[in-house]
Amino acid sequence: MSRSSRTLPLQRPGESRWSHAHKQFIKWRFYYLLITPALLYFLIFHYAPMAGILIAFKDISPFGGLQGVIDGPWVGFKHFTRFFNSFFFWNVMRNTLEISVLKIIFGFPAPIIFALMLNEVTRTVAKRVVQTISYLPHFISWVVVTGLITALLASNSGLLTGLLNSLTGESWSFLTNPDHFRGILVSSHVWKTVGWSSIIYLAAIAGIDPHLYEAAAIDGASRLQMARHITLPGISFVIVILFIFEVGHILEAGFEQILLLYSPAVYGVSDILDTYVYREGLIRLQYSFAAAVGLFKAIVSLILIIGANSLARRLGQPGIW
Amino acid sequence: MLNLSRNEKIFLGVIYVLLLGVTLAFLLPFIIVLSTSFISEAEFARRGGYVLFPEGIDFTAYDILFRRSRVILNAYGVTAFRVVVGTLLNLAFTVTMAYVLAQKNLPGRIPLTIFVFITMIFSGGLIPRFLLVDYLGLRNTLWSMIVPILVNAWYMLIMRNFFMSLPEELSEAAIVDGATAPVILLRVVLPLSLPVIATIGLFYAVHHWNAWFDAAIYIDRSELQPLQIILRGLLRSATLEGMEEISFMEKPPPAASLRSALIIVSTVPVLFIYPFIQRYFVKGIMIGGVKG
Repeated sequence: MSRSSRTLPLQRPGESRWSHAHKQFIKWRFYYLLITPALLYFLIFHYAPMAGILIAFKDISPFGGLQGVIDGPWVGFKHFTRFFNSFFFWNVMRNTLEISVLKIIFGFPAPIIFALMLNEVTRTVAKRVVQTISYLPHFISWVVVTGLITALLASNSGLLTGLLNSLTGESWSFLTNPDHFRGILVSSHVWKTVGWSSIIYLAAIAGIDPHLYEAAAIDGASRLQMARHITLPGISFVIVILFIFEVGHILEAGFEQILLLYSPAVYGVSDILDTYVYREGLIRLQYSFAAAVGLFKAIVSLILIIGANSLARRLGQPGIW
Repeated sequence: MLNLSRNEKIFLGVIYVLLLGVTLAFLLPFIIVLSTSFISEAEFARRGGYVLFPEGIDFTAYDILFRRSRVILNAYGVTAFRVVVGTLLNLAFTVTMAYVLAQKNLPGRIPLTIFVFITMIFSGGLIPRFLLVDYLGLRNTLWSMIVPILVNAWYMLIMRNFFMSLPEELSEAAIVDGATAPVILLRVVLPLSLPVIATIGLFYAVHHWNAWFDAAIYIDRSELQPLQIILRGLLRSATLEGMEEISFMEKPPPAASLRSALIIVSTVPVLFIYPFIQRYFVKGIMIGGVKG
């Protein structure tokens, strides 16, 4: 048997490859027709921008339209060199990584602890109420969260600032203070994600064999000991995998959140790769330069996510592909 | 759980107190905003800012938002359009693609799946995407908030996995009965998949309700701005475009209560819906498994 007849088992002897392909196409034509619009969507809105990264190696005029992109002169790695040699490179990279790491340090264990605590609640109604309320922040936009932060921390009228002002007699300002700004980023991140992220851990806890708890109870284990020696080891594989992928996304430091909350006073501690691309590209209209910075981020992210996946696979997990 | 020792009781007590604190932390910001939306200029001047409990109930802020300004109702219309039309188109494209890629014998299935998968791990980035929408002439149209995000590759793969988990015998039996492929999709597969379609549809709808960045970069015309953009504008400055008349009012409401009222009206629809649909969301996360 020829190789092709093994991969295409319906091919009859003597039938040419092309007529076989034609028959297959006729047979499946409805399906190909059905998927065409979605494929066109991916082609236009995902692959065309991938081809568009070529502008990172050109100098294009912001007002020339598509013709301006085609006519723009090739400049090689000029924009990359400029970025790597600029002050902004180190500042933006440091902010991106530091904010991400802070968010992992505080935001990653929080849903695990929350799930472990919820697991101890034996009253189902109370548990469900707390869970439902904890999902609430997940469903609201960052714009609304920004409004809530304003209500608490606005420099003159915020509830917490007002309280602190009257207690200390000083005038507190959080959102424009570089010392406090990252604290606001990290705590609002934890607030928004802890409930929703706990779902996956609660599901993993539900999958633990109940006999283990019964056996431990007979041996006289306390609830804390059970949480420590049964529940936590039981969900450790989920923890490890989620952690690996969290690190794989380390360049995503929270674009929408920072863009809504930051101001020039705190750029020094909060300007990340994404906000820098946004300002250079869409505010200052340096399309080529901003595209180069974006491409740099996309490539590093690709390497990180492939690394995360192969690490997960090496640990015996399916990974994401 | 019947006979708890003293230590266990303390342990549980600590956990209940902590959980109560966490729950309050989730709710307090909303309570503050709700309360502040009801305070009058006089009360604001007296108390100096956002409040936890209002002394009086004053509806001026809501009155301005809904009766004296057309901005909010218009923005509600824009948001409703993108939620309804956007979600329906999301589902139409996602379901058809997932259904086709779920056909185990389809020639080319694996290359097509890889074609989609690559977009999940690599993208051209913000600038090429923005320029594309610009060149396609979508800027300053409602479609700029819908067409560039027609299919979420991740949701599509979740749905495909679900379709693949349906027993093949069902489709085979339909073929024996003479059903053609379109009939199988509409009469056999879709009715069995309503829970997963509802789940993914809700994911899309919440995204459309909350999205603002696409409108911020693609839309300049004020009459096409969704609710989230109006809210962002009001958080940045004390007045609202089209609300100039406020300055002519004898007793204009404080900016804080106007902002709070807008937060409430742009959050309430989601607040009322999500507790009822959360079990679908939770299920959706589980279908995605650890990979979410």
